[in-house]
Amino acid sequence: MIAFHLLFLGGTFCSAEACSVLSNPLLWETTLVSATPLVLAAMGGTISERSGVVNIAMEGMMLVAAFFSAYVTDKAASLAGLAPWEAALVGVVGGIVAGCLIAGLHAWASIRFHANQVVTGMAINLLALGLTSYLYYTLYGSQGTPGNLAGIPNWNVPVLSSIKFMSLGPILFQENPITYLAFLSVVLAHIFLFRTRIGLRLRSVGEHPRAADTAGINVQRLRYLAVTLSGGLSGLGGAYLALNGPHGLFSDNMTSGRGFIALAAMIVGKWTPFGAMGACLLFGFGQALAIALAGQLTVGSYQVSVYILNMLPYVITILAVGGLIGRSIPPAADGLPYDPAESA
Amino acid sequence: MTGPAAPAATPSVAAREITKRFGPLVANDRVSVAAYPGQILAIVGENGAGKSTLMNVLSGLLQPDGGEILRDGRPIRFHSPRDAIRAGIGMVHQHFMLIPVFTVAENVVLGTEPVSSGLFDKRRAREVVRRLSDQYGLKLNPDDRVQNLPVGLQQRVEILKILYRQSEILIFDEPTAVLTPQETEELFVVLRDLAKKGKTIIFITHKLKEVMAISDQVTVLRLGKVVANLTTAETNPVEITRHMIGRDVMPSVEKQTVGGADTVLEVRDLHCQSDRGVEALRGVSFHVDAGEILGIAGVEGNGQSELVEALTGLRSVVSGEILLRDRKGKRRALVHRTPKQIRRMGVSFIPEDRRERGLILTYSVADNLIFGVEDTAPFSRRGVLDPGRIMANARKLIPEFDIRPPRPDAPVGTLSGGNQQKVVLAREFSENPSLLIASQPTRGLDVGAAEFVHKGLIEKREQGVAILLVSAELDEVMALADRIAVIYEGQVMGVFRAGSVDEGRLGLLMTGGEARAEEIAIDLTAPALEATEGG
Repeated sequence: MIAFHLLFLGGTFCSAEACSVLSNPLLWETTLVSATPLVLAAMGGTISERSGVVNIAMEGMMLVAAFFSAYVTDKAASLAGLAPWEAALVGVVGGIVAGCLIAGLHAWASIRFHANQVVTGMAINLLALGLTSYLYYTLYGSQGTPGNLAGIPNWNVPVLSSIKFMSLGPILFQENPITYLAFLSVVLAHIFLFRTRIGLRLRSVGEHPRAADTAGINVQRLRYLAVTLSGGLSGLGGAYLALNGPHGLFSDNMTSGRGFIALAAMIVGKWTPFGAMGACLLFGFGQALAIALAGQLTVGSYQVSVYILNMLPYVITILAVGGLIGRSIPPAADGLPYDPAESA
Repeated sequence: MTGPAAPAATPSVAAREITKRFGPLVANDRVSVAAYPGQILAIVGENGAGKSTLMNVLSGLLQPDGGEILRDGRPIRFHSPRDAIRAGIGMVHQHFMLIPVFTVAENVVLGTEPVSSGLFDKRRAREVVRRLSDQYGLKLNPDDRVQNLPVGLQQRVEILKILYRQSEILIFDEPTAVLTPQETEELFVVLRDLAKKGKTIIFITHKLKEVMAISDQVTVLRLGKVVANLTTAETNPVEITRHMIGRDVMPSVEKQTVGGADTVLEVRDLHCQSDRGVEALRGVSFHVDAGEILGIAGVEGNGQSELVEALTGLRSVVSGEILLRDRKGKRRALVHRTPKQIRRMGVSFIPEDRRERGLILTYSVADNLIFGVEDTAPFSRRGVLDPGRIMANARKLIPEFDIRPPRPDAPVGTLSGGNQQKVVLAREFSENPSLLIASQPTRGLDVGAAEFVHKGLIEKREQGVAILLVSAELDEVMALADRIAVIYEGQVMGVFRAGSVDEGRLGLLMTGGEARAEEIAIDLTAPALEATEGG
């Protein structure tokens, strides 16, 4: 729907060359690249909120994970002497663990101490920014992370990557392994939430924790599990940001709002994995379009600034949240701490 | 001991000297009860007597501070509801413990789900639920979403949940509070059947009629203590009541007929939508005269809330007219007015959820007593509040309405439910209304507080106020109303003079069991109001 509007706008305003960006495989590949961290974080958010814990801390979790995946990769290579691909793999695990730990902090505050989950989440985002900036400048100074830092290079899926038809091979099957994992996580999250016993229980905890409790379900434990999972998934998203490509890199505030876009995607997707994935692809497309159109889009004699184009994904967010998707109803107990002793 | 089935030697479940404290409050003070297989034990008491606490202890939701639970004579400890379920004790809670967005089958098996090859086995869940439902005649479709079911069927889902867990002891916490007379009868059939099959039934209620109708034994609680253990066949409602409240009750409030009535409120062909966009009111017409109580009877969710909201300006009206004769005798249209404008015209309002809409719980009694007039003299001048006047107002109203504790500065949230409602009454009554809308005014109140509210309504009625009473308690409507309008699926099924109709007929109309009554035609010929100003 929105893509259609954009095409329409494109047809109205842009020159012939700019319109050709839509048939350029690079645009669609960039869409996948941009969408990957969003998809992972959005899956994390969806699982957490389905259990009734509001999670706006994906930004912070991704940022901390991005830093630690780069740092661990660096140290694994320089101190433990691992080969580049081994170091990068260890780095990814480091990022996931860092994400889980930060998520554990959020879970602990909001489940154990019934803290306001929005405030905790925001605090974690700000804490993550401060922590990673401090560590980054203290450990790496102004030179930045080492130029030879190992990364996770793209991987061509045998056979499929050479499909010529509509350039499907290069677009879909010459991607980063983490991108494949991201889209696999959508399927797994769907099965987990809607087809497994633990998923059914997790959703019941997010809808009516007391009912779940009376049915003999351990509300607190499932919420810890869900929030920790969200940290792990966001952590993988953060590791992707830092390590995607032949060489890894961390830069200050490198998530730059992706966690919040993932949050929006979760809401636009109505707290379902496939819905959130769709929204992430849409936002990814917006980012890719902004990159592709940079310096090419003109209205009359005015060349549209790249900064205006960079606003595209956010405009899409507002349009999508503001009515195109209809009413998005969160899990009934989302954000409400559960206290078994409180009388019903 | 002459119950239908003489008690077996060992109770299937017993509480021995259970004590449970919440801070300084002792909710259960060395409480002992015993229930036997094949029998129905009623536990009665006023609100706050400790019934629900006791049941929460028995079902593992709360851990007692002292005493023990015996299951078939053996002591047993519950750390969570899971332990109680494992011990064969299941509870149908007063507020249903159901997930609205889940299906019947999902709700029933939740916590003990069938699994095949690692995944939740939906098909088997459906089969088991269908089989159990047939076995106990509960007539439930496993694939229905619980949020789409009427309350009576939701309750059956709760019962099914317990049966699925093979419970031997079934605890019902005020199960009839939300049911129509017909649904109550059907529930009783199910309960008797369960008892006959050897289950132990514990039935918590404060309705004595039901105690007499269904139970074999009665245990009475007052202020956290057991005050009597009675055999139903050997006792009577008067005796039970004396134990419950520690004194004799006055018979139902007396009302004198008031003559020379004028129509104060007239509603014509009112249409409204619910929050979900469904038509909630489908052409409602009625009138209320000065000095009369019109009771609206109906099962909850048949448009009563929407009607009250439309009358008070909280919900937009799709079509139809609402006409009011205000204090000066002027006729005014209420449609498309704000709640404040409607208030100023002389409409007072006791909302159905006093904690949500009637009060701000963290504000003081004094502040709550001036809501609605907080922006007018004498309480504020040029936007500045006058604390002296506000306190003086509170000091006048608190003794008048016997609000306890008598402290104007106490946060309203710290008061008991009954006293919270008195704060609402004090505020609404003191505005000298010509129309009073009372929605579920005694919900959750104990007998004493309910009596106070009823007296207040009668008093206002005798002062010539027109009162619209909306209540899910049929007994309340029948005791107070001069005329009774039955609402079903957004339509008025009939309007009756009190005394000209019995409970069974009303029950039938409330559930759509009988087509619209003829009386409505007569009612429409009642005196009509004409709007004398635009609207």
